Amino acid sequence: MKTFSGKVLFLDRSDINTDEIIPAKYLTEITKEALKPYLLEDLELPGFNPTKDISGKAAVITRANFGCGSSREHAPWALEVNDINVVIAENFARIFRQNMYNCGMMAIELDADIIDGLFKNYAGKDCSLEVNLDTRNITISTDGKQEVISFKIADFDECLVRAGGWVEYADKNY
Amino acid sequence: MGKTIAQKIFESHLVDKPFGDEVNVLRLDAVFCHEITTPIAINDLVARGKDRVFDPSKIKAVIDHVTPAKDSKTAEQGKILRDWARRNGIKDFFDIGRNGVCHAIFPEKGFVRPGYTVIMGDSHTCTHGAFGAFAAGVGSTDLEVGILKGVCTFKEPSTIKFVLNGTLKEGVYAKDLILFLIKELTVNGATNMVMEFTGPVIDAMTMESRMTLCNMAIEAGGTCGICYPDQVTVDYLWPFIQDDFATKEAALAEYSKWKSDADAEYAEVRTYDVSELEPMVTFGYKPDQVKPVREMQGTPVQQIYIGSCTNGRIEDLRIAAGILKGKKISDNVRGIVSPATPKIFSQALEEGIIKIFQDAGFCVTNPTCGACLGMSNGVLASGEACASTTNRNFNGRMGKGGTVHLMSPASAAAAAITGEITNSPLYKA
Ligand code: SF4
Repeated sequence: MKTFSGKVLFLDRSDINTDEIIPAKYLTEITKEALKPYLLEDLELPGFNPTKDISGKAAVITRANFGCGSSREHAPWALEVNDINVVIAENFARIFRQNMYNCGMMAIELDADIIDGLFKNYAGKDCSLEVNLDTRNITISTDGKQEVISFKIADFDECLVRAGGWVEYADKNY
Repeated sequence: MGKTIAQKIFESHLVDKPFGDEVNVLRLDAVFCHEITTPIAINDLVARGKDRVFDPSKIKAVIDHVTPAKDSKTAEQGKILRDWARRNGIKDFFDIGRNGVCHAIFPEKGFVRPGYTVIMGDSHTCTHGAFGAFAAGVGSTDLEVGILKGVCTFKEPSTIKFVLNGTLKEGVYAKDLILFLIKELTVNGATNMVMEFTGPVIDAMTMESRMTLCNMAIEAGGTCGICYPDQVTVDYLWPFIQDDFATKEAALAEYSKWKSDADAEYAEVRTYDVSELEPMVTFGYKPDQVKPVREMQGTPVQQIYIGSCTNGRIEDLRIAAGILKGKKISDNVRGIVSPATPKIFSQALEEGIIKIFQDAGFCVTNPTCGACLGMSNGVLASGEACASTTNRNFNGRMGKGGTVHLMSPASAAAAAITGEITNSPLYKA
């Protein structure tokens, strides 16, 4: 199973699409590693600098409809090779969400007001989180402040995260 | 309680429900592949020692996104797909000279039938719902499992039904209608939903127009766009199914079983009279940023692109040529047209459409996705705008710093003549 803890990258926008996560011109790469330098290269977000802001981060917190657009699994892969295995948002585009779990990564949905609270309390600060799949809790903390937020995950998705992906599961069962 | 078309297809293809109603494992009738998302799946299968396919006759593959290859990397992607198709006995593999844009060439070959389940590693796989099929885009891992085992997982289908009444005005097309509906729904409005298109407006549409409509379901987040199979569907498919049915009536009777029941349950039903709909166009970087062309009139563009899985079919080329005939494109623009398949190219040649485009000053390319995703054949420079018949206006989609205005082939042709966004009915031949 992958690890789901570390520093948080806040992306304060809805509808971040997979072209922004990894532009089409890099889809000619046939290894995941090669995608590493290009994550979020075309993101339209004032103040965001992909060359400075991504390094050292292990989780993304963002708004609604993250990962809309193209079906490219290169989007979760580009996150994965940057050691970001969990994205937390109000909701996700279907294909992106499924791609995350198929890769044994997590796309966690939280209510809009909880996400809003996270942005208010933690964005712009040196902030870390830890996802505990057994208790289905996220612990988020910054200097002198810490809170625990519970989340839901479908049994099937949990099974994929624990198994490390859908290929092995399907090959065993069907 | 009655069932929707998607529910009927799910029920008839159900293999397993490993966690109650949470997820359905469905048997697949067709798995489509192209050279961008499949090679990584192939490499992974090889690495796992599982270089097999569940049924070579149900897998169809094409090199379409960058063809001819533009560099060593795209050449390598083509080679991986080509070698894999050969060693696994995939007969329906379309290489250069016979290749076309996936969502145009596969339906044209009769590979999609009412009641089918189809996946592809491509978000616009929703196009094939035009045939009354459940067709959905997936990532490379789902594709990999589809290739290996012929199954895929989907949540229980929840459906938004659209009842489209009235008649579209002259100069208003399926593209204008779907842009209008995306604006109504927003880019997130149909996430995890099937979009079922019904009503007199759909009944009157050709298969080409229905494909344009279903193609953009994903731009509202929809899993699949879907139209009921009817006489138009049977007529289109007849060359491929005439050995299976004694008459067209028999085919229609069989396919009609997939139609949603009158008492089916929907997440939402939206009814529109679209008789007053005008030509529509996008602004900004999201496909729900849509306005009437009238309000964007005069916005300068530097490139015109007519093609793609949305609007690169013969009907689209005929409409654009009808406007371009005897005219020249503006000195301020460059025009590119990519017929979506070799068959469409040949038809356009025979009908004199290619000549009209060339005389007007267009560059005619081979069938390919090309400029649509900004990888080849018409990449924009920073600061440039393109009037395009494609489906995505995302930031950087056609080239870093470029802007894409999505519109119908008619509006794109009119923009080519004036060099700015233009209401096409003004240019009706
Ligand atoms: S034409 Fe464009 S949208 Fe359609 S499959 Fe090709 S790249 Fe994708």
